[in-house]
Amino acid sequence: MRELARGRQAGERLLAGVAWAGAAIVVALFTLLVVDLARRGGGELSWNYLVEEPRDAGRSGGIASVLVGTAGLLALAIGFAVPLALGTAIFLDDAGAATASRTSRWLAAAVRRSLELLGGVPSIVFGLFGNALFCRAFGLGYSMLAGGATLACMVLPLMTAAFDDGFRRVPSADRAAAAASALSRSTTLRHVLLPRALPLLVAGIVWSVARALAETAALLFTSGYVDRMPTSLLDSTRSLSVHVWDLAMNVAGGDARACSAALLLLLLVFAIQTLARGSLRWLLRDAVRGSPKEAA
Amino acid sequence: MTALFAALLALWIVGFVVSECRPAFQQIGLTRFVTDDGWNPTRGAYGVAPMVAASVLIALGALLLALPLALAAAICQLAYAPPWLARVLRRGLELLAAVPSVVFGFIGLVTLVPWLTRIAPPGASLLAAALVLALMVLPTLTLMVEEALAGMPHAERAAAAALGLSRSTVVLRLALPRAQRGIHAAVLVSMGRALGETMAVLMVSGNVVQWPRTPFTPVRTLTANIALEMAYATTLHRSALFVSGLLLLATTVALLLVAAWRIAATRGEPTHA
Repeated sequence: MRELARGRQAGERLLAGVAWAGAAIVVALFTLLVVDLARRGGGELSWNYLVEEPRDAGRSGGIASVLVGTAGLLALAIGFAVPLALGTAIFLDDAGAATASRTSRWLAAAVRRSLELLGGVPSIVFGLFGNALFCRAFGLGYSMLAGGATLACMVLPLMTAAFDDGFRRVPSADRAAAAASALSRSTTLRHVLLPRALPLLVAGIVWSVARALAETAALLFTSGYVDRMPTSLLDSTRSLSVHVWDLAMNVAGGDARACSAALLLLLLVFAIQTLARGSLRWLLRDAVRGSPKEAA
Repeated sequence: MTALFAALLALWIVGFVVSECRPAFQQIGLTRFVTDDGWNPTRGAYGVAPMVAASVLIALGALLLALPLALAAAICQLAYAPPWLARVLRRGLELLAAVPSVVFGFIGLVTLVPWLTRIAPPGASLLAAALVLALMVLPTLTLMVEEALAGMPHAERAAAAALGLSRSTVVLRLALPRAQRGIHAAVLVSMGRALGETMAVLMVSGNVVQWPRTPFTPVRTLTANIALEMAYATTLHRSALFVSGLLLLATTVALLLVAAWRIAATRGEPTHA
């Protein structure tokens, strides 16, 4: 008996050891990763770096034009995606009503499923699609506009899911009250649904910005990688992520500057994620239903 | 109206990619993508088999490396770590899941590749790509595995505690078997991400079109091939790149469908609690 108990205790300790070791390795790996990048790239980050234009293919100078290009791409992507995602989420909400027809229910299920699949499509395939449609068929060439539109397609599944979730969290009592007061559909939407869903509308947009900021492959051959200051929406431009790639792979001696750009990109993404979490928490502070984690 | 656009977007993407593939299908034919010896579009060779093998091996390798760590870390979060620590870990992983893939690729390029070069030159290789991808899929994989393991009903947890079952019994005999389908789904989703990943792989795999003979062979994946050649490809060459894009699209969608089916099956399963 004692032998058996000892064996069991050893097994118990083994599993605990493996579990703790696994967690420790994961933490160590990512800490190393972030610290290493900070050590390599931290020294070069300065105000001048942010406001100067790149010189000598980015080996010296700053990243002002890259930041402007990135901001432009993000603004376009969000600008295109928000109306589409909002319209889709409103349609999905309508189709969930008790009075909805069978066809619209079926269509809603199809839309949800196809968005789910769209969310898993590799970004390089979005790049191919964007190149064929926006650059070629629409004749936009390598441009900020084509890149922004491609990014909009990419973030659409994520954004729609967040918006849809927001509408689904509206308490049914609120809807019943609106219906009982004989409010029109548009009044209900404007004064009941949208304010109630606001936290997840905001979070959905912020998450989409983070996703779009992280994207590289879809932009390589839609917005291109010209590093001059963009002067129109039809100019080719490069995002911060493409800048990191170009400096690291195509510019001899660009590694040091690529480090700073990569570090800046990482900090921006972390800041945006934290902002999303913080704002969601704050906006949901008096909503009892559900935790923000489920929405993620 | 907009919903229709969203629904159609998926079809539109497939349609566009397929229509761009047509010249390649007509003039090269499907079989030559498999039988041609090597990839050399300027000389009319369109064999993608070595790149498919590289893509698959890198994704499999990444999952093999990441899954044990993800399992151990998830079990630790769930059964061993105090709640505050588990929460910190989860927040950290959520943050890391958003790290851009180009950053993973860059870190791999400046730290991992020089290190591998000393062991087995030239360093940029199948193994380097698998290691970087393992790191990249790790946060989401751990979060998904943890979620699957946490699916154990409260009544069951209470019953296990009442019976005085040890932690290892609860984890290995109760939580793990129940979470099996969820873990399968997590693996499939991560596999889709690993297969479709471009930047991280492009930066560390060496990009030589050849059969992966050893883990240290520099290889080129399907995704990297598109990223490298799309900028200058014209006519038939361009069309051939779209064919490889279509192949990627079909594979990842198939993986996602199986994953969704696995998850749906878990929900439909009657609970014995």
